[in-house]
Amino acid sequence: MGIRFVLLVNKQGQTRLAQYYAEHLTLDERRALEGEIVRKCLARTEQQCSFVEHRNYKIVYRRYASLFFLVGVDNDENELAILEFIHLFVETMDRHFGNVCELDIMFHLEKAHFMLEEMVMNGCIVETSKSNILMPIQLMDKAS
Amino acid sequence: MEQLKTIGRELAMGSQGGGWTGQSKEFLDLVKSIGEARSKAEEDRIILREIESLRRRIAEPDVPRRRMKEYIIRLVYAEMLGHDASFGYIHAVKMTHDDSLSLKRTGYLAVTLFLSDDHDLIILIVNTIQKDLRSDNYLIVCAALTAACKLINEETIPAVLPQVVDLLAHPKEAVRKKAVMALHRFYQRSPASVSHLISNFRKRLCDNDPGVMGATLCPLFDLITADVNSYKDLVISFVSILKQVAERRLPKAYDYHQMAAPFIQIKLLKILALLGSGDKQASGHIYHVLGDIFRKCESSSNIGNAVLYECICCVSSIYPNAKLLDAAAESTSKFLKSESHNLKYMGIDALGRLIKINPDVAEEHQLAVIDCLEDPDDTLKRKTFELLYKMTKSTNVEVIVDRMIDYMISINDNHYKTEIASRCVELAEQFAPSNQWFIQTMNKVFEHAGDLVNVRVAHNLMRLIAEGFGEDDEGADSQLRSSAVNSYLRILGEPKLPSLFLQVICWVLGEYGTADGKYSASYIIGKLCDVTEAHLCNDTVKAYAISAIMKICAFEIAAGRKVEMLPECQSLIDELSASHSTDLQQRAYELQALLCIHSQAVESVIPLDASCEDIEVDRNLSFLDSFVQQSIEKGARPYIPESERSGMFSVSNYTSQHQHETSSHTLRFEAYELPKPSPTPAAPQISVSTRTTDLVPVPETTYYTENNQASKLQPVLDASSADHGIKLHLVGVQKKWGRPTYSASSSTTSSSEKKTNGVTHLDGVSLQSQGTLYDSKGQQSEVSAEKQKLAASLFGASAGKTEKKPTSTQRAPKANTATAERPGVARAVSPEISKQKAASSPPPDLLDLGEPISTTTPTIDPFEQLEGLIGPTPGPSTLDNSVTTSEQKAPDLMALYTDTPPSSSSSISSGLGDLHSADKNSPMAKNVPSIKKGPNPQDSLQKDATARHVGVTPTGNNPNLFRDLLG
Repeated sequence: MGIRFVLLVNKQGQTRLAQYYAEHLTLDERRALEGEIVRKCLARTEQQCSFVEHRNYKIVYRRYASLFFLVGVDNDENELAILEFIHLFVETMDRHFGNVCELDIMFHLEKAHFMLEEMVMNGCIVETSKSNILMPIQLMDKAS
Repeated sequence: MEQLKTIGRELAMGSQGGGWTGQSKEFLDLVKSIGEARSKAEEDRIILREIESLRRRIAEPDVPRRRMKEYIIRLVYAEMLGHDASFGYIHAVKMTHDDSLSLKRTGYLAVTLFLSDDHDLIILIVNTIQKDLRSDNYLIVCAALTAACKLINEETIPAVLPQVVDLLAHPKEAVRKKAVMALHRFYQRSPASVSHLISNFRKRLCDNDPGVMGATLCPLFDLITADVNSYKDLVISFVSILKQVAERRLPKAYDYHQMAAPFIQIKLLKILALLGSGDKQASGHIYHVLGDIFRKCESSSNIGNAVLYECICCVSSIYPNAKLLDAAAESTSKFLKSESHNLKYMGIDALGRLIKINPDVAEEHQLAVIDCLEDPDDTLKRKTFELLYKMTKSTNVEVIVDRMIDYMISINDNHYKTEIASRCVELAEQFAPSNQWFIQTMNKVFEHAGDLVNVRVAHNLMRLIAEGFGEDDEGADSQLRSSAVNSYLRILGEPKLPSLFLQVICWVLGEYGTADGKYSASYIIGKLCDVTEAHLCNDTVKAYAISAIMKICAFEIAAGRKVEMLPECQSLIDELSASHSTDLQQRAYELQALLCIHSQAVESVIPLDASCEDIEVDRNLSFLDSFVQQSIEKGARPYIPESERSGMFSVSNYTSQHQHETSSHTLRFEAYELPKPSPTPAAPQISVSTRTTDLVPVPETTYYTENNQASKLQPVLDASSADHGIKLHLVGVQKKWGRPTYSASSSTTSSSEKKTNGVTHLDGVSLQSQGTLYDSKGQQSEVSAEKQKLAASLFGASAGKTEKKPTSTQRAPKANTATAERPGVARAVSPEISKQKAASSPPPDLLDLGEPISTTTPTIDPFEQLEGLIGPTPGPSTLDNSVTTSEQKAPDLMALYTDTPPSSSSSISSGLGDLHSADKNSPMAKNVPSIKKGPNPQDSLQKDATARHVGVTPTGNNPNLFRDLLG
């Protein structure tokens, strides 16, 4: 299972997108987990590693403007690759929305999810071609 | 000017997707208010209000479908922000039935976010999924497969399995890819349910779409992890795929920052690492392609380094190859010398892998490792401790374990504290240079990690103190014991001690407190009484303490001295005699009884220093034979074994039935048996029972639970000895003590010391030039002297004997090459730094790791934007077309590459060569991802108008909402 969850959280610690892969967490568990890891990651400086160990897994995070992208991975995952996966996700959203900003993700939460669904299945990275990721979404937009 | 910028930014908010139209004012209002919420409390208020209104409106009859979609997304928001929206689940489920793709997909998305795979509503969706899997619209099939991955559980797999298998051959590659992943999911859930379908994954590996092939690597990775040997035949295929990927034969769309399909490369490298592990033949096939990738990989980009790191992992996993190991070591050293903490982290990890094969690799990086160890960054520090743990040997164990303990004391995170404590214990047990040190180390671990330490560790420690060290040196053993006693008496002064540690202390004081005659019995007893007073609520510690007191009294009586009962001890006995815990009561009574019996009897009840003696239990009670004989002679009735007694039939029937009942976990209706009466207080048996309770004091004692718990808490005792519950079972336990060996440790020679200096020197230079870590030269040299010392102790300077002459000659050329490389490295590093500096000047709070985009994207000039608006709309850029054409071209070529077996690739390579050159002719394509398509100004205007309409503006409460993520 490589990726356990993908979280988007802004500087104030407000969740903007959350997707879990390993198991279904209850609301309380989710709230507690998000609180803990967001506190941990937000407290770090930019010089420090973009990786944080938490319980028995690792969080790879990257900041874009006011938004933090946090990806929880198993311990044997390639952290640098996950860091670039985050960037690929942002680039993909950027291609779709054009100069993507936090508000775009908020207004089109479902589309951000759809993109992620194309990229990650069962916690594995399955698609990395931007055009392949966006094609179904564009087709859907045309149809509706 | 500032304002103009803002306007420019607002205008730049254009979007291909048509801006924010099509959503209701309510939704926009909601998003706006959430976006501008200043605190979690405010956000909670907004959501609670929203939930109230949704609860009412979602249940209204005839909600328009579009409106319903919006409601569902609002529910997603509520749940995402931590509020229960279960009242709306059923509406999400209903939405999956909708004919419109976008509504259906939104429904599926919401359902997967809301429901766990064992939710009651799942059963309602299985039917929809089945229907959708048969759809003519491949996008609907894809949506259903995506949902199936999340929602289908073990029970419902058979309902969709045949359809999913059929879809593996679907003409659309997107469907095949998702079908592969659905099957993968089923395998994860229940391997047995799809075990007959696993060959399908092999087939899909040869799919002529690279996306399907790439996805298939995920299930194959899992399968190979579970069973390597069945997939050895695929090594050649994987190698050939990797080779083709690395040679850029995949469509350009898979490129990422000038790397050819790096994510697929990484997955393949992971698989090859598994397949080549410990297999010389398989590894032989892998060497070549690994060498190629090492050569080709750009270490200037993050993604290049990610692939390099994966190569290092692969090299260190497969059968060793000297050339590749050198390349891996070189890359590792680049990581370690980098300024980026991320790369240092990867470097430390890589080093940990390489030293398993060649412990000498670490030497070159001593100072880099120590820098990481002392870095304020916790993540880096922990990774470095992991490395140190891997390279611990008897010569450096003291330094490493001391460092670990210091760190353990400084952290609060219990999870990690437990881990590092157990590592300390493990290292101490394995490599302890002296007994004294071992005891002191364990004391520290217990003191600071306390109850986080495994009970087993405490038992081990007690056993080690009791047994000594296996050598017949009584003097050393007793010296160890008295040093343990001394240290424990000192530690008892500490205000707060963990229970487990107190148990150890009590036990040791009881056994050996008075052994060397240094402390009087009353002094030790007084201390033990203090322990019970200080830990009023802990029965286990009290039990240990009272047993210890009993032992000391017994030793005194046996030695012919009179035991004067201290008042606090008497009051303790009184208190425990009336304790709620029967265990404590029994111990108190036993102690009182002991005080009244004759010294010879006492000696046989609790012999001195007998914790290691085996106690033989005579289960046949043969020592009573003569007594029985006498009684029979006097006319007593002989004993008839239970089985031979008449009229037992019904009883045995009854018991078997009763056993059957308990085993099948049904309710028992008959009363429990009465507890068996305690055995006659024959002398050896008393000692049995005290020993038992001694090892494992249990708060509530009945004989039944005691035995049970004894066997549970002491896994060392095997079943048969657990019955008797007395013997410290030592067979098969790893031998913890040994003399420090010189084998692997004596690696540092005079030449390597020189090298050490060389490294420091270099480090010093680089530090100086960067001037970031240390302010002044003087301080720096001071620091490095200290570090050198640490390095020497860590990396084994203690074995400073020049007994390995060949190594010094071996190392000399190595050192030369290392120094020869260095200027090159330094040069390579410096432009990187300057680049970083250049990159760091734009937006200050953007965590960007040297993206080409951030440097190429021009900052948006508001004036140009405005001009663009006035002029005719620029077309969505021709660049876009070039991308699509190259993609269209690609699949045919991919078909070529995959349809043929991977081994014979000569014809392919000629065919693909064309693509390669064709691509070279159009360098534009490369730049596509990095050149921004200008936002469509008309959309921008529309977006802006909507935003203003709603009242979200960049000048509002949270201007961050408008910041471009990619800056």
